Amino acid sequence: MDWLIPLTLTVITASTPLLLASAGELITEKSGVLNLGVEGMMLVGAIAGFAVTASSGSAILGILAAIVAGILMSLIFAFLTLTLMANQVATGLALTIFGVGFSALVGSGFVGFAIKPLPGLHIPFLTDLPVIGEILFGQDFLVYLSIAAVIGIGFFLTRTRAGLILKAVGDSHSSAHAIGYSVIKIRYLATMFGGAMSGLAGAYLSLSYTPMWAENMTAGRGWIALALVVFATWRPGRLLAGAYMFGMISVLQLHAQSAGVHVPSQFMSMLPYLATVIVLVIISSDRAKIRLNAPACIGQAFRPAQ
Amino acid sequence: MIRLEPRRQHSQAMVYLSPVLAILMTLFVGGIIFSFMGKNPFDALYTFFILPISNSYGISELFVKATPLVIIAVGLSMGFRANVWNIGAEGQLTMGAIFGGGLALYFHDSESMFLLPAMFVFGAIGGAFWGAIPALLRTKFNANEILTSLMLTYVATLFLSYLVHGPWRNPEGFNFPESRPFPDAGLLPIIYDGTRVHLGTAFAVFVVIAGWILLSKSVIGFQLRVVGKAPQAARHVGFRQKRMVWFTLLLGGGLAGLAGLFEVAGPIGQLQSQISPGYGFTAIIVAFLGRLHPLGILFGGLIMALTYLGGELAQITLGLPNAVTGLFQGILLFFLLACDVLTKYRVRFGTPVAKGEAI
Repeated sequence: MDWLIPLTLTVITASTPLLLASAGELITEKSGVLNLGVEGMMLVGAIAGFAVTASSGSAILGILAAIVAGILMSLIFAFLTLTLMANQVATGLALTIFGVGFSALVGSGFVGFAIKPLPGLHIPFLTDLPVIGEILFGQDFLVYLSIAAVIGIGFFLTRTRAGLILKAVGDSHSSAHAIGYSVIKIRYLATMFGGAMSGLAGAYLSLSYTPMWAENMTAGRGWIALALVVFATWRPGRLLAGAYMFGMISVLQLHAQSAGVHVPSQFMSMLPYLATVIVLVIISSDRAKIRLNAPACIGQAFRPAQ
Repeated sequence: MIRLEPRRQHSQAMVYLSPVLAILMTLFVGGIIFSFMGKNPFDALYTFFILPISNSYGISELFVKATPLVIIAVGLSMGFRANVWNIGAEGQLTMGAIFGGGLALYFHDSESMFLLPAMFVFGAIGGAFWGAIPALLRTKFNANEILTSLMLTYVATLFLSYLVHGPWRNPEGFNFPESRPFPDAGLLPIIYDGTRVHLGTAFAVFVVIAGWILLSKSVIGFQLRVVGKAPQAARHVGFRQKRMVWFTLLLGGGLAGLAGLFEVAGPIGQLQSQISPGYGFTAIIVAFLGRLHPLGILFGGLIMALTYLGGELAQITLGLPNAVTGLFQGILLFFLLACDVLTKYRVRFGTPVAKGEAI
């Protein structure tokens, strides 16, 4: 049992950034917008969170900065694709390329800085419980937030009027517009939510997962988050399962070595990427299921008739 | 209030003007960024964009850097025209280098004149193989090629890292993660003495011309143009989407693989864990900057090559971090996408004029 607790703890920390980013992207995509810039938004969120925390000493300020940075990044995307009707795929790629460069530029002054990682929760008695204590009651608040976000999103999409409107906009923008909803405004909001969550995911990486800044520290997690949304067939509950499954795969590398498995580390590092491909193949091959669940207008520009 | 009013016809002038506008706006914003970083914007822009090509060696280096960009971008542009989003060219480049470079390492005593041509073939096969996987997964299993091609990039890079750290590490090296140097017979000839301009550069020019002919004269080129412009019409006439996916991914992958081989058999001369400063990603911008047209890509490649040279020089002389290059590339693509709106729409200021009202 000694290995179980550290294993579970690393799985949680590896899954949380994936969960945060993919939960945001799920809402964005539900509104009919495909933002491929998650990786870029995460990186900018990571450096914003780290830079502000390192200079101010306040992790809360850092996290707020990461959210704002994520939103600003998503606004660039929203302006180009929603207002100027630029191609969403190309703009998302541009956002990632820009985010990699911008974060590296800002971050070049912060390489080698050390900060205190986000503190874990401590509830007397509960956190001290054997085995489950630290796992359930000893995480930092972003972990709980990520799970709450998924539950909240599930509730929002199925139980609230605003959630239904969001889905209507994503499934048939013309009808939603005809009924009188502002498609562009709703898509702006959904895209900004995605940006905020990606920013948070980035902050989790640079403030908690590895409390430091390194160029390109997201290492493709933004892209894996995008794949997770497809894997979940746009359903929040499955997102949770998917994110934790990927978290598990990505920490295998850490634990395989200590368990005496002698596979070159590069092959272990390939696992999350290979798993993403395999999972995409399995989910996508069921075309009917994808068609049933994917927002029908995803990636399409909308221009209200004047 | 700003409004967009659709044009009856795409403005041909704006198609060519928008990259120029985008470059000017990037320079302007670049100047602002430099002054924020405490540098004189004019000095910095001069160092970045003029100084690198102020002598003949600099210009030759521009060609060296533009070579992979142009070769890859021509391949990618064919896919982008048909809405096949191969963004894994960096991985295909890496696989090309592994396949072709592996051959050179296997025959490291060879003096045969056939080694280099065989490396070309292997490089192209390696890249095409890596492009074939997303093609298979898209056509057979409906899996999104954007995500699969990108994921495979990470796999390819890690595989190269494994090879040069492990089985292919130079036995006479000092434990550095790099292979033996390639034999002379496996190195690209320099086509202009005193520079690093190699045979690959000549091939890049060939790719531009061949791509141009393919696009304007061949049936598949015609299909690519139609699929991009009028996907529904293409479906009605029975152009098979699957064939497009295969064709563009194999071509894009093969060309990226060749570009990767040219890098390791040219400027680098061996396999290392790092063989490309992101050429495969920058080539995406080159393709758009060049209007997805081979001739335009030639110019786009030279411009983006300049951002690499400028970034290196600015790092040495001004102490600017190398990341400035990526930043410029991203901003340029933003402005390009924004300016492209002008080809389809007119920008109008003020509130819409009501019908029947005198203007």
